[in-house]
Amino acid sequence: MSELLQLFRRPLKEFRWGILPVPGRLLAIIFFVFLFIFPLITSHGYPMYLMTIAALFTIFAVSWDVLSGYSGQVSFGHALFFGGGAYGSALLYMHLGWPPAVTILLGTLIGTGIGVVTCFPALRLRPPYLSLLTMAFPIILERIVRSIPKDLAGGNYGIRGLPELAGSAIESYYICLVVMVISVLIMWKLTDAGSKYVRTGLIFHAIREDEISARATGINTIRYKILAFAIAGFFASLAGAMYAHYQTLASPAYFSLVQSFLAIIWVVFGGIVSIYGAVVGVYSLYVVTDFIRLTPAASYQMLIMTIIIILILLFMPEGIAVWIRDKLERECPRCKLNNAAWRKECRACGASLH
Amino acid sequence: MIERIIVLTLVKGSTYAILASGIALIYGVGRIINLAHTAFMMLAAYGIWYFAVSSGWGMAESIAVTVVGTGLLGLVVYRFLLNRIREHHAAVLLMTIALGMAIQEIISPLFGSTPLSIPLLMKGTTMILGFPVRDQYLLTLGVATGFVILLWLLLSKTKLGIGIRAVAQDPEIANLMGISVSTILMITVGIGTALAAVAGIFLPPLEGGLVNYMWLPPLTMVLVVIILGGLGSLKGAFIAAFFVALIEALAVTSFPTHGYLSNAFAMLAMVIVLAVRPQGMFGTLFEEERL
Repeated sequence: MSELLQLFRRPLKEFRWGILPVPGRLLAIIFFVFLFIFPLITSHGYPMYLMTIAALFTIFAVSWDVLSGYSGQVSFGHALFFGGGAYGSALLYMHLGWPPAVTILLGTLIGTGIGVVTCFPALRLRPPYLSLLTMAFPIILERIVRSIPKDLAGGNYGIRGLPELAGSAIESYYICLVVMVISVLIMWKLTDAGSKYVRTGLIFHAIREDEISARATGINTIRYKILAFAIAGFFASLAGAMYAHYQTLASPAYFSLVQSFLAIIWVVFGGIVSIYGAVVGVYSLYVVTDFIRLTPAASYQMLIMTIIIILILLFMPEGIAVWIRDKLERECPRCKLNNAAWRKECRACGASLH
Repeated sequence: MIERIIVLTLVKGSTYAILASGIALIYGVGRIINLAHTAFMMLAAYGIWYFAVSSGWGMAESIAVTVVGTGLLGLVVYRFLLNRIREHHAAVLLMTIALGMAIQEIISPLFGSTPLSIPLLMKGTTMILGFPVRDQYLLTLGVATGFVILLWLLLSKTKLGIGIRAVAQDPEIANLMGISVSTILMITVGIGTALAAVAGIFLPPLEGGLVNYMWLPPLTMVLVVIILGGLGSLKGAFIAAFFVALIEALAVTSFPTHGYLSNAFAMLAMVIVLAVRPQGMFGTLFEEERL
């Protein structure tokens, strides 16, 4: 018994002193527990479908945040990776007939490869030029896919009849959820500027703030920009490949400008340069606006979504998640530790928070 | 064949030039990439259709009302939606996307999803060097040239133009010199959206009718134009508009069955130009050099 307690002592201590006093972290834990027990609450087809897709879109949105928020390479063409992953795995299935697990992995690598190759002309451009250059590639690829004959790449209507991710809806949900949690954790750790083990977070911040200074301090910015494209491309392609298998369809619409805009919409809505902002953005905006489809206002779904975005942006221009976090937490002026906003003095050093 | 390419280039190029000069002006002064620009164009086109076809006004009145109305709408949008979040670049970017989508979604219940068409301003044809050219096309070219000259005169000769250029060069110093930066930006966005409305008269007949998603293809083309020309450079935007239109016309005439490839060719040209010149054809590498 006491050995068991010993084993749990560190996580318990971490929970008691590191998570419980900080409302934002507590909310994050509660949210992920909720996601894991979601199939117990309801196992109807539609909510499950919605939450599965939300998990995949979360990977997509967070990867945009890594590329555009953290390393500052604002991309208008993130659909390139999404569609690249989807088509990569769909083409492998179509021509070689491999199982989903293999095609998803290889498709992800294909998408990443496409991303890394196309980022080369973007590397020496300044931000607005880079955004609009990245917009070009998914559109070019979409037109190419549409013009290839139907028996080679599906043509206008895409590749149909891909094998499903898993046999049942609950199984697919858990696969997508676990992949999402792992991907988000990896991306969070890679972009953590205070990390003792990984330098990428700090370097991405440096490149975003001032690329010339970063280069002057001896950082090979080109290499790290390629790395940012590769990380973002890998996870966005993963999301695309899994999405294609979940929908059993790889369509040219995955490359569309709207698909790229969706990533921007979710991330900026939740809060850019914060991984949790992207997660909140997808789960609030995507899920809420998709539920409108069940109400009588279904035909005004997109209009309601844009009105929500405009209103939220007017009053919380830094994003909804960042706004809520600022209301709940306050940074100690002396030791920079996060405290609950209602505390009068810091929980670690006792400095006054007012 | 060649005459068709020339006519297509000049006509498409003029509409792109009007659209691009508006978007380049707004970017140059406010550093806002206005992704809702062509949505304003589409809104103006629907406005003209509503007044001229549905309500039976004359073309001249309906065009005047719509252009002025769209310009005022641009002022209002800037004043109430963009001005207060100007410091947050990501929020401004998303706001323009949301505005474009909102305009699309407002239009679809109001006007339905069947394609509508705006009547041509001039119906006849003129023979130029033995080839028949529609008068509407000549008018498009004339109006585009006229508006670009007007814009140039406004920017170089008037007090307002000096203010706009001052804000474009350095907003903080302009503010110290007694120029109200947010008023100048508001007026600039108004002029820009009014220019988009002018393009709305001429572009829909070329694109084959009005539908509520018609803002996306011209948006990508116009973004290509301003990038090729160099961001914020009006001269560059004007020249690049005809360059892009030439590529589009060549693509359309060489692959008549694959009309949708024209966008891809324009994008490809942009990638090639940017690989050689990262600042576009007429842009400058450093902000300080730009006039």
